[in-house]
Amino acid sequence: MFPFVFEWVWDLGHLVFMGGLWYALTIVGLGMTYCIIKSAIDASKEAAGDHDH
Amino acid sequence: MKQGHRKNKKFGMVIDLDKCTGCGACMVACMAENNVSFKKDETDKLLSITWMKVYKLTNGKPFPDMEICYLPRPCMHCEGHNGHSPCVTVCPVVATDYDVDTGIVSQIPTRCFGCRYCMAACPYHARYFNWWDPVWPEGMEKYLSPNVSPRMRGVVEKCTFCFHRYQLALEKVYVRGQRELDEGDYQTACTQACPAGAITFGDLTNKEHAVYKLKEDPHAFRLLERLGTNPKVYYVSSHEWVRRLADNYHPHEETGKVGGHH
Amino acid sequence: MDSALIPKGVKRCPLPQFLGGLAVAGVVLLWGVYAILLIWIKGLHVTGMNDYYGFALWIWADLAVIALGGGAFFTGFLRYIVGKDEIKNIINFAVTIGVICYISALLILAIDVGQPLTRAWHIFWHANVHSMLTEVAFCLSAYLVVLIIEYIPLVLENRQIDKVPFFHHLSHNMHEVMAVFAATGVFLSCFHQGSLGGVAGVMFGRPFAFREHLFIWPWTFFLFTWSAAAYGPCFTIFLAKLTEKITGKRLIKDNVYDLLAKISGWMILTYIIAKIADTWYWAAVTLPSQGHTLMDFYSNNAFYGIWILVAEIGVCGILPALILVTKKGRSSSTLIWTAVILGCIGVCLNRWVMILQTMAVPSIPFDSWQLYMPTWPEVATTILPVAFGVIVVMISYRYLPIFPQEQELNPIEP
Repeated sequence: MFPFVFEWVWDLGHLVFMGGLWYALTIVGLGMTYCIIKSAIDASKEAAGDHDH
Repeated sequence: MKQGHRKNKKFGMVIDLDKCTGCGACMVACMAENNVSFKKDETDKLLSITWMKVYKLTNGKPFPDMEICYLPRPCMHCEGHNGHSPCVTVCPVVATDYDVDTGIVSQIPTRCFGCRYCMAACPYHARYFNWWDPVWPEGMEKYLSPNVSPRMRGVVEKCTFCFHRYQLALEKVYVRGQRELDEGDYQTACTQACPAGAITFGDLTNKEHAVYKLKEDPHAFRLLERLGTNPKVYYVSSHEWVRRLADNYHPHEETGKVGGHH
Repeated sequence: MDSALIPKGVKRCPLPQFLGGLAVAGVVLLWGVYAILLIWIKGLHVTGMNDYYGFALWIWADLAVIALGGGAFFTGFLRYIVGKDEIKNIINFAVTIGVICYISALLILAIDVGQPLTRAWHIFWHANVHSMLTEVAFCLSAYLVVLIIEYIPLVLENRQIDKVPFFHHLSHNMHEVMAVFAATGVFLSCFHQGSLGGVAGVMFGRPFAFREHLFIWPWTFFLFTWSAAAYGPCFTIFLAKLTEKITGKRLIKDNVYDLLAKISGWMILTYIIAKIADTWYWAAVTLPSQGHTLMDFYSNNAFYGIWILVAEIGVCGILPALILVTKKGRSSSTLIWTAVILGCIGVCLNRWVMILQTMAVPSIPFDSWQLYMPTWPEVATTILPVAFGVIVVMISYRYLPIFPQEQELNPIEP
């Protein structure tokens, strides 16, 4: 799974398989991070707006 | 001793079925040598762990034409195509591997997590699962071999061609200052236990070893060759019906004339 | 009592009735949990498996729920990638079913390995990238994460949760980028559905399962992905219609059913043509090259007779496909029920055959057929996902807006 696990080999099989997997996980991870941060900002903006009123 | 890489070997067996009496000494020797656990009730043979299993074959004819042949079946240590044995490529955790130095298909029980995919993939049923915790009758655990780790519940095990004996033989050879093993240095427990001398073990690629010549016998064959498993266990039988039972043939096909597709 | 949690504008049964239903499903669930504990504590010898049946009922159940849950990724594909807007009215339900199916699949795998906590993590840590099962484990787990991400906005839309500003925005923002998640889900799904097919197809020691390859993938790889995409929507339609029957309400408009059924029909039809071609090639080329004939695998016993092939391809393949591709078939309630039920049976039968029949057939010529009978702990743990699914659907239906058209189709009289 990781290059430091002893059976890891820098071959095409590992690059394609793990590349695809980590690519998918990165997209999912970044997507969720974006959503959470943006929601926190949106919510705090809304709270500030309510406060102003 | 000169250091350097040893010549690659392909350890294998030639089993002369004309000599095998079906006594089962190979099975017992294998179990004792490899610390194979057993249960109180071994009546269900589909749950018994038998790295070496002796099958009873018949020609299907009634008395007095009936003939019987006993066929010992260890792990075939299939080479497949370039080491792609049926079980090795499917294992998701590399708990079984094809060793190019020896041609032995290894099994690492501590890494195996018990998915049993290798068992499904092996056409020889040479792989066994530990459905129970391993137990031995009281006192018998003192007789376990210190060279082989007993396996825990939930993992697969199989014949290793007594790989620990190979490791011990290497040490012996090192002390002797030799680089290569002699034929007698490394022999499996079943080979040594067979009272009829039906099992011969050695390097299939080494002209000095008996197996090299024995496998060239016109009556030599391997089990299920047509699947392309490329096994390293050869059998010899002078009986056509036995050779024909070793693989699947269409009625018009001649025994031994069709090869594996790999 | 729980009216504050129920979505606005819809009617739900009284709470005691709801809790009664949950309790019934809960008892079945607890029976399954008891069986799980028994298996984990005592060991896998409490099952009917043996050294000839290393793969048995659970692996079939695993393959079957994943195929049936394929409706989630395929509706996601239709909604977010192809752009079929009507699908939005059924996708929430499809995702709910998908979550249930995939949680069940992973749970079954955890039971199947017997000691999940001690060594099951090896499949990730010590991954052999050449094994189809590794691909299954990774893509399955990753896709379950995606499905949960697709399900979260639904939970956040609950009336009370939605009042929290952060959750309200999170739900909105997740919807905004849902296409990205859905596309990732489709990518992962194609691979794990395929690699489940590959699990059987690569076993060259087992002529019943082995299929020729295209690059590294046996034909079963493509057939499994295709069949999951084809039959998965049948299961979604079946369960949606079943929910309508139980609730006594229309929850999804007919045009949505019609569209999904039509797409499913064409998918099944094309799949079944490919399946016939695969079976023909296997029977005419692959098997003879190994000394076999087709009937070697279908003539030993009544259970695995040729009927099973006829049932899978004809009755549960061609027939539902023909019903679903015709306007007349789709517009008849009886026919559409027949088609989706046959479709679900068909894909389950295919998975059964690829696993259980493969194990039943003797691989050594002097060996004999082995039939297998599961024990009650295996049955209980296989039924557990059904009870789990009923509970999740009941809770989701009661408290979450999983059917966006429900309000419109069932206006409440003032």
